[in-house]
Amino acid sequence: MRNHEPRASSSCAACKLLKRRCTPSCIFAPYFRSDEPKKFAKVHKVFGASNVSKILNEVPEEQRDETVNSLAYEAEARLRDPVYGCIGAIALLQRRMVELQVDLAIARARLARYSASSPPILNDHGSMIPTLAELPACGGFADCFSQISSDTMNDLSQFPYIF
Amino acid sequence: MASSSSYNCPCAACKFLRRKCMPGCIFAPYFPPEEPQKFANVHKIFGASNVTKLLNELLPHQREDAVNSLAYEAEARVRDPVYGCVGAISFLQRQVHRLQKELEAANADLIRYACNEVPTALPAPPGASSIESMAPRQRPVEYNRRMGNEGGYYQAPGMPMPYNLPWNDNPSGDTDGGGGNM
Repeated sequence: MRNHEPRASSSCAACKLLKRRCTPSCIFAPYFRSDEPKKFAKVHKVFGASNVSKILNEVPEEQRDETVNSLAYEAEARLRDPVYGCIGAIALLQRRMVELQVDLAIARARLARYSASSPPILNDHGSMIPTLAELPACGGFADCFSQISSDTMNDLSQFPYIF
Repeated sequence: MASSSSYNCPCAACKFLRRKCMPGCIFAPYFPPEEPQKFANVHKIFGASNVTKLLNELLPHQREDAVNSLAYEAEARVRDPVYGCVGAISFLQRQVHRLQKELEAANADLIRYACNEVPTALPAPPGASSIESMAPRQRPVEYNRRMGNEGGYYQAPGMPMPYNLPWNDNPSGDTDGGGGNM
């Protein structure tokens, strides 16, 4: 009776998509499991398998997991928004940060009026509450993009939370 | 008499790819020859073929912004091969979160002052009834007034947090603060 040897472990998602044999030394296998086909499909569509392979070969092995995750995040963002990709999130967050800084300055200025008889409120750097004029201007990054719309700039919910 | 001035100057992409820059080259409007590094970065990270496909899927008026965002992402990835521009996103998320907490604390103090109390380390009282009874100028600054979603801080509904970055505020390898800037 012929013994039927068990098949080798299943191909990784990358080799399945690329329709090639998944070798034991496959650089994609540890990071693109066969049960997550969409992850590699997205990364492949945006960056290309060859470029991803080169990037992974450039980073230390212990950092490849994070590298793949950040590439997957970028790819997902680019597929959702082919014009701005991750840059939309950056512009939105920068604007949000400036808004919060302004609001915080206003709140602290009001607190200072209430506690006029108390020692002045110092910020984290030990200096007086900044005036509105000292705060960074809004825009800046977004000004580099002609078509970035106010709709894009207000919908943070489209960008998964990395934090 | 030959008169095409555009023929004489291949774009940065065609120079890099060592091919003839034809009239109608999709790269030419966005990769001028005086910015060779821009295309070099984009080519390294995304590849010319992928960029071509992407641009062909967009309307002409969208292509300039698309190329600029690709160039930005490519440069970020060249500088930080592990995190790329995702590092900047994570940094900014942390800053936004920190500022929101500080604003909440300041607003809580404002409420206490309005109620003639000295600010303490106690958490802000729940509910907004004490806020609504205050005069407008005494009300806490509504930090979420410009937000289109609730709560003032976003979480994609129905989408799990994809992963936690071992954030170190700097591109890969460093542990000091102040990173994330391009």
